[in-house]
Amino acid sequence: MWAIIEQIFPYAIVFTIPLLITALGGLFSERSGIVNIGLEGLMISGAFASAITVNFLQDSMSGSAVLWIGLLVAVVVGILFSLLHAFASINLSADQVISGTAINMIAMALTVFLARNITGSGNIRITSGFTPFDVPILSQIPIIGDLLFTKTYATTWFILVVLLVSAFILNKTKFGLRLKSCGEFPQAAQAAGINVVRIRYIGVMISGALSGLGGAIIILTYAGEFTGSVSGLGFLALASLIFGQWRPLGILGATLFFGFASTIANVSQVIPELAVIPPIILKIFPYVVTLIALVIFSKSSQAPKAAGEPFDPGKR
Amino acid sequence: MRNTIVSLISIILGLIAGGLLMLFIGASPIEGYTYLFQGALKNISRIGDTLATATPLIFTGLAVAFAFRTGLFNIGAAGQMLIGGLCATAVGLTFDLSRPILLLAMIAAGILGGGLWAFIPGYFKARFNVHEVVSTIMMNWIAYWTVYYTVPAYFKGGTETESQLISETASLKTPVLSEMFQGSYINLGIFLAIIAVIIIAFIINKTTLGFELKAVGFNRHAAEYAGMKVNRNIILSMIISGALAGLGGVALYTGNASSIQIGILPSQGYDGIAVALLGANSPVGVFFAALLFGILYSGTGFMNAMIEIPPELANTIIAIIIYFAATSVLIHRVLNKFRKTRSNANDVNGPVGKKGEA
Repeated sequence: MWAIIEQIFPYAIVFTIPLLITALGGLFSERSGIVNIGLEGLMISGAFASAITVNFLQDSMSGSAVLWIGLLVAVVVGILFSLLHAFASINLSADQVISGTAINMIAMALTVFLARNITGSGNIRITSGFTPFDVPILSQIPIIGDLLFTKTYATTWFILVVLLVSAFILNKTKFGLRLKSCGEFPQAAQAAGINVVRIRYIGVMISGALSGLGGAIIILTYAGEFTGSVSGLGFLALASLIFGQWRPLGILGATLFFGFASTIANVSQVIPELAVIPPIILKIFPYVVTLIALVIFSKSSQAPKAAGEPFDPGKR
Repeated sequence: MRNTIVSLISIILGLIAGGLLMLFIGASPIEGYTYLFQGALKNISRIGDTLATATPLIFTGLAVAFAFRTGLFNIGAAGQMLIGGLCATAVGLTFDLSRPILLLAMIAAGILGGGLWAFIPGYFKARFNVHEVVSTIMMNWIAYWTVYYTVPAYFKGGTETESQLISETASLKTPVLSEMFQGSYINLGIFLAIIAVIIIAFIINKTTLGFELKAVGFNRHAAEYAGMKVNRNIILSMIISGALAGLGGVALYTGNASSIQIGILPSQGYDGIAVALLGANSPVGVFFAALLFGILYSGTGFMNAMIEIPPELANTIIAIIIYFAATSVLIHRVLNKFRKTRSNANDVNGPVGKKGEA
């Protein structure tokens, strides 16, 4: 049993990280009061941007610098794309769910359209992504050394830092508290002198940046090729956000759950102990659990109260 | 009337954006659109294909629009289609009945399957106030994996990724239609779709049920105060919506195609949202929006064959149309301004009601 866990752990973490960072992005957006169902599309745009950047630069540059540039470009593209959602839902008071759906559709279609035009097949390959490494010294620690510090990616540590910083920003800084107030009671926030429109723009842009990063990490760590989708991970991130009850650490727990459940389902056929369980049970397990969790949490939901509502300063 | 104008403007803006995209990749938009419309409408067989392409979209568009009317966002039409299609295919492959009875049984199976798949999120919404967007997405993936393992286990076909082909008796395709449209894959699904449009329009506009569903959509609390059974209406609305999507699955898998594919969520489910939105959630609007999308989808294949424009152009145009439809406030504002300047602009107070008019 222990051997299985030891085997699965690094893969589960790798799968968790893009989910985690995307859900974290969604957290900033929803806490500011804007429901962002477009996470999937923002991830795709980031995945596309990083794949195309690395694909262009990998011949002329070498080393991991090119990969970090790819991540940076993904962040920028994610932000630009999220502005479409911000403009529609903040300035035009559009239905946020519909606007987010439009973002998803635009990203899914436009990226494949462009990719097909550039490469012909619609897929963009990168020759080398981030390589896993063992953290020196720490990986020698018994038990947790094997679990947490072997075969790790640089991006994993980077994202964990982002998580800690985000938790700090949301709970301890002036900006974080203002952001949350805009998601709970924007009229009161405005009366207190907070620029609700500006804060919400920043919230949505952060979600674009982090989702773009999430999509790029998929390509640059385990996928290695852009194929026009992120297989519903954006929606899974949305579910993790609710599962995690709109709190950074809750999200960490929820995404780890999804990461492990998916990895177990993926590797079940090669591990004799798991092969006895019908694969369909393992595959639908995370989704069924999410549904059950939604029912359980429904009574005590911590959802931002004003999320999804267009801001109307005149409303009492 | 207003909605129609907004939809038409969105379409025109979307097509312009598509033209700009063609320019961007160095193709001629005029040539591109000529081939696109030729590909969809050039001869009777292509028109048949276009109608067939539009058929599942009519169903999913109706499904999303119907739920919208009750204030529900059914993003799970894809999963409901899959289950509806799976049930219909299962009936079609298992039973050996006379053609009319078999087809009716398949249609009933599709309705039941889709309805059941939407009942669960509907019940969760009514009973526990679980947001239907997330629960229907979860149901989509459960449907995806259910089909993924059920089809190879029980209805394995020639390849690993699809079911057995259904027999001609179990197919919605009829020789009469195929001949009339010169070998097109148009089938009885289009008639089912037209019947569905009429029935749904009747339910929404002329029945007490429709009135109550709309009332719940406008204001849940007011409807409750007026003595309507809000929870029952929410569940019912989701079931009908899911049944429509299930029918879409029947039309797609036993009409347009002859087998069910695994490992893919039908894109028509997601496109249904676009269809509903462009059709302003009215059944007739949905019908025409689906036809337009049918033209775009079936025309881009021909366009791609004639000049080097990727067929994803159709999806891109549709997505941009939806963005404009979603931001229709902007179009409303421009229309208002236009109307004001036309009526001599003797409005000394300047633009009134700029904020909050949506």
